[in-house]
Amino acid sequence: MKMILTGNESAAWGARLSRPKVVAAYPITPQTSIIETIASFIANGEMDARYIRVESEHSAMAACIAAQNTGVRTFTATSAHGLALMHEMLIWASGARLPIVMSVVNRAMAPPWSVWTDQLDTMAQRDTGWIQIYTENNQEVIDSIIMSYKIGEKHNILLPSMVIEDAFILSHTSEGVDIPEQEKVDEFLGEYDPAFKLDPDEPAGFGSLIMPEGPYMEFRYKMALAMEDARKETGEVVKEFNEIFGRNYSPFVEEYRTEDADAVMVVLGTIGSTAKDVVDNMRGEGYKVGVARVRYFRPFPVEEIRNIARKTNMLGVADRSYSFGPGANLYAETKSSLYGFTDIPVKNYVMGLGGRDITPKILEKVFKDMLLISKKGVVDKEVEWVGLQGDERWS
Amino acid sequence: MIMSLPIGDRMIEIRFHGRGGQGSVMASKILAKAFFMEEKYVSAFPYYGVERRGAPVTAFTRMDDKPIRARYQIYEPDYVIVLDASLIGAVDVLKGLKKDGYILINTIKSPEEMKKVLNHKNIATVDATTIAIKHHLGSQTAPIVNTAILGAFARMSGLVKIETIMDAIRQAAPAKQEENALAAKEAYENVKLGGD
Repeated sequence: MKMILTGNESAAWGARLSRPKVVAAYPITPQTSIIETIASFIANGEMDARYIRVESEHSAMAACIAAQNTGVRTFTATSAHGLALMHEMLIWASGARLPIVMSVVNRAMAPPWSVWTDQLDTMAQRDTGWIQIYTENNQEVIDSIIMSYKIGEKHNILLPSMVIEDAFILSHTSEGVDIPEQEKVDEFLGEYDPAFKLDPDEPAGFGSLIMPEGPYMEFRYKMALAMEDARKETGEVVKEFNEIFGRNYSPFVEEYRTEDADAVMVVLGTIGSTAKDVVDNMRGEGYKVGVARVRYFRPFPVEEIRNIARKTNMLGVADRSYSFGPGANLYAETKSSLYGFTDIPVKNYVMGLGGRDITPKILEKVFKDMLLISKKGVVDKEVEWVGLQGDERWS
Repeated sequence: MIMSLPIGDRMIEIRFHGRGGQGSVMASKILAKAFFMEEKYVSAFPYYGVERRGAPVTAFTRMDDKPIRARYQIYEPDYVIVLDASLIGAVDVLKGLKKDGYILINTIKSPEEMKKVLNHKNIATVDATTIAIKHHLGSQTAPIVNTAILGAFARMSGLVKIETIMDAIRQAAPAKQEENALAAKEAYENVKLGGD
């Protein structure tokens, strides 16, 4: 069934089709319409779930953790400050090995207040042990939520997932979406089969105190192994989903015209969508450029990034957030993956913070800068801020 | 005269100007829905500023024969639709409008009269306010004109059938579906087209 949906309505549909039994959430712009839509589904009897109204995002995640511990699927959604407030509980959810699925609508962190898109909120949670997938259209939002339950619930993984969409650019944009059939989703996901749960007949404690010689370190090691397994399982699940639902997702990195490219732009989220149009236009004019849209930031696609580096002479990494480290996060991870494998130049382009619009004109200028570097074989500077007020180079 | 731009090989971009409460965002969505019902690819999105009743609101609709990958605002629209003529002067409604593009304005004035205020070739006008009040859409003082103006757009642009606009309205309008659809039809029949 094809419908016109916003990114947030798509997220609500993704949740509905996955049949979580508990949804606990607290409103925050630009996420609110996700949980409003879910509240309507439940009120109308279209979704059989308990909706728990809580007083904060910290409590929303705490409620999801408790509910999931009883052996049911759960779902929640948040943005920016809400996600930051959840931080403690995010680490608990992954450490407790609960495959909760959450929509996150990327929004800038204040001050100054901004409700527009910026990926700092999710980047700041990259070490919480959650799988993170960045989407570029509303179809990918709905499909990724369904796939995230399947991947996270595998007993060799048992990790929670954030399905991430850019504020307004997806969250409030209406476009055609193919809604998967409920029966097919039911068959694809199967009944939730928890690896462990709270059960009065088999009393057990979770999250107890562990002394330094106890297995704390082993718990974390097992999470690391699970994240490694998620790499393999995701490939299988995406393949299965593509076949059943007629899609064409690449598991970790969507490459667009990277074969024979002199320079490839590495991106997350909707920048990749516009960049594909720019690549087509520039290819028409003889510029050999390509795009690598990273879908999963956790687990990070190390091998895929190395393979792209083998095909091209230069990587330009576009980040829609900044991290006060050696460049922004996608850049730092990309460069770290490449160390010792290649000596092609890699440059960081920081752009679009606080929702500043990323136009084809800006991206074309970035591609041309990348091509210049690919010819020279060396970067002029490691980190370039693109589109600052008064900077004529990128306007 | 149908004031349509040649289509087929490129995306069509439409910008709406209205005031908070008039339904500009809903209009951008209903228009997208109508295009979608005619098998086009679409996207509709608002520019979110301060969300206050009466404050200027901008919304956008894109339409194409192939999937739309553009994820940025519309800077050079093919069409501009103004739901509230009092915005003219307060907002640069012609900003970026293509030279051969069209502007549709909700006003009692004729296109010729509007040309004295707006330096643009192709102007169409429709009295959507009177039509909305007649069909009891919104209140006498704050009529909701978004559905009527879409009917006028269908006639002006020739991009979408009026029957499709009416069906999209019936499916998407939160209330008074038939009244809204009839308002669109009346505006379709009464839009005044000016231009070359």
